[in-house]
Amino acid sequence: MDVVLLSRLQFAAATAFHFIFVPLTLGLSLIIALMETKYVRTGDVTYQRMAKFWGKMFLINFAIGIVTGITLEFQFGTNWSRYSQYVGDVFGSLLAIEATAAFFLESTFIAVWAFGWKKLSAKMHALTIWLVTIASSVSSIWIIIANSWMQHPVGYTIRNGRAEMTDFMAIVTQKLAWMTIAHTLFGAFIFAGFFVMGISAYHLLRKQHLDVFRKSFRFGLVFTTIFAFAIVVQGHFHGENVYHQQPAKLAAMESLWETTESAPMYLLTVPDEKNERNKVDLLPIPGLMSLLATGSADAELKGLKDFPKDERPPVALVFYAFRLMVACGMFFLLLVAVGWLLGDKVETKPLYLKLLILAIPLPNIAIQAGWIVKEVGRQPWIVYGVMKTSEAVSPVPAVNVAISLAAFILVYSLLGAAAIFLIYKAAVNGPVPLPADAKTADSKGGR
Amino acid sequence: MEMIWFIIWGILWSVYFVLDGFDLGIGALIPFLGKSEEDRRVMVNAVGPFWDGNEVWLITAGGVTFAAFPTAYAVMFSTLYSPLLLLLFALIFRGVSLEFRHHVDSPGWRALWDRCFFLGSALPAILLGVAFANIFKGIPFDSEYVFHGTILTLLNPYGLLGGALFLLLFVVHGSLWLATKSDGDLQKRAGRAASGVWLVLLIIAVVFLVATWFKTGLYDNYLDHPALFIIPLLAVAGLVLTRIYIAAAAWLKAWFASALTIFACAMFGIIGLYPNIFPSSLDPAISLTVLNASSSPLTLKIMLGVVLIFVPIVIAYQTWVYFLFKGVPDHDESGHGAY
Repeated sequence: MDVVLLSRLQFAAATAFHFIFVPLTLGLSLIIALMETKYVRTGDVTYQRMAKFWGKMFLINFAIGIVTGITLEFQFGTNWSRYSQYVGDVFGSLLAIEATAAFFLESTFIAVWAFGWKKLSAKMHALTIWLVTIASSVSSIWIIIANSWMQHPVGYTIRNGRAEMTDFMAIVTQKLAWMTIAHTLFGAFIFAGFFVMGISAYHLLRKQHLDVFRKSFRFGLVFTTIFAFAIVVQGHFHGENVYHQQPAKLAAMESLWETTESAPMYLLTVPDEKNERNKVDLLPIPGLMSLLATGSADAELKGLKDFPKDERPPVALVFYAFRLMVACGMFFLLLVAVGWLLGDKVETKPLYLKLLILAIPLPNIAIQAGWIVKEVGRQPWIVYGVMKTSEAVSPVPAVNVAISLAAFILVYSLLGAAAIFLIYKAAVNGPVPLPADAKTADSKGGR
Repeated sequence: MEMIWFIIWGILWSVYFVLDGFDLGIGALIPFLGKSEEDRRVMVNAVGPFWDGNEVWLITAGGVTFAAFPTAYAVMFSTLYSPLLLLLFALIFRGVSLEFRHHVDSPGWRALWDRCFFLGSALPAILLGVAFANIFKGIPFDSEYVFHGTILTLLNPYGLLGGALFLLLFVVHGSLWLATKSDGDLQKRAGRAASGVWLVLLIIAVVFLVATWFKTGLYDNYLDHPALFIIPLLAVAGLVLTRIYIAAAAWLKAWFASALTIFACAMFGIIGLYPNIFPSSLDPAISLTVLNASSSPLTLKIMLGVVLIFVPIVIAYQTWVYFLFKGVPDHDESGHGAY
């Protein structure tokens, strides 16, 4: 294998692994912050126990997110040095701002939150988790602004043999960035919501710690519902944006080979990349693809064949990943709808509760699929229209990258296994028992 | 402007060494000072609330290298490919071991993560020293920025000397921090370790300074501007003060003196590099300098604003955290107070 492919695999592995944990950090921090705020407001110790219970898993998760984040920042230099050299003037500053303005805050206060239960007043303690929540979201905002610049570069000029920044605000405020930020955060919130619902379902199924898990389940359901709806609406506009800014990606997402006016959506399509066509195109809904992509059923969509062969992204992977993501999104709507229909009877429906436990990893699968659409769909460009991925790689021997890739896979597998084991253990163990003096409040709270 | 950025760049790396230095030092000491589970827990808790925030200084130092000197970032990180990835893996193990160790109540489990904590601390200390000593000396890369050598090229005597120097600096620094965060027998042993290792450090530091004269051009700037000699003198003063405060069992003061030593040591090397930021040992003409490796004036200006606003804020809240968790932690608190 050549160094480009190895480096791509390494970056993909490191990013995908990082992003198993980060969305949970983004979403759980917000959920915990809301729970702890409720504790401060009501004084009901159940909310504090909820915050501590979810907090334990949050911290395990956070540790993995943080240590795997550093390797990402440094890999731009180790593996993509030509890229870093060419666009560092724009891209590097965005990463550096992320570290100074957000990552510091998040890393400093996560420790205060974890170690400060006895050192701080309830209010101050709740404030620290809010700082972590805000900082982690701000962190993701800067990273996505940087990513969006790779997707749709703006505010730069090619000068002195490299891309140089000319308009910082254009980069920071571009529409694609904020679309992606919303989409990513909503997705992360849905993942955390299902995580909370799934683990609550586990305990509700066993009729244990009902005080904590009835409330947690409700929290999860309300939270997830909001974002599961929001993401569908937002995702639609996001798709329109792709039509305008990355037509080749859109064509790959839909496996559209010929430029078509009023393009139909086929309910069943099987792409055939080799022969530049689809093996199967069944059950057309006239004009729907054009309608979804542009808002007008008559609009013309550019087909893949109208892009030079060396400027087309891989079709099948992008196409299937996109469908997987959308299917998951629809399924989430269904799941939360059932949750609302069942209402208080939810505890008597073991099948639904079990389904929720099984659904825990699904939002993450949707998130990963979404990023495959985003990143693979951008290929063969590393910066869309500006620099090809093949020109971006470091001049390092392939064997070095092969070794480090193997090390990544080994180390990350071990870490992932350890983290999932610990999270599982914490989840199943349930919350800490109530202190004796609070017992009476508990029996009331437990209905 | 480029010069201001060079100084900021140097300061960020130096602050990282000062802050994460004691974390790494304590980790490197854990097999030697952590005799009982109680000892080891005190050692881990001495690092617990701080390492996360300290490690971000590394990320910021890396990020600022990327933002202000993108070419230097690209060439530095790709030529030092193997040691850097090794450093990252080690830091991964350091980080997770601190979080993971207290989640399962079993001696075998904790022993596993303590070993990771040790390796994840000692290895970065050495690697950072090896990397910076080699940078001082120059790295064999050509005009296409291709590295000529292997990781063994970097493990030359001068590089290894740098690794030893960093490890010893951090071990002294860590044992002093531990002395402020423990009591009783462990504190005594931490103090003894500090004074014992200090002597070795003194010897290695002298050897390193002499070797630097022969192996690098770091002294040129100092000979041109003798006023700059204040920096290595501060390092020496810090080292002497460390010893004096150790003898007086004034652990926090000794720690600050050791912090001064580390800061001044790192700045001594970095200022000696100027105007180079990443010199080539193959051909000095292709060395990366603050001028040919830096970002555009606009980016430098924006980043200067960012750094001037946020770094003081960071320093303010991190200082607050150090005050919040000052003194010896309660013995009854194991790990986080969360559970």
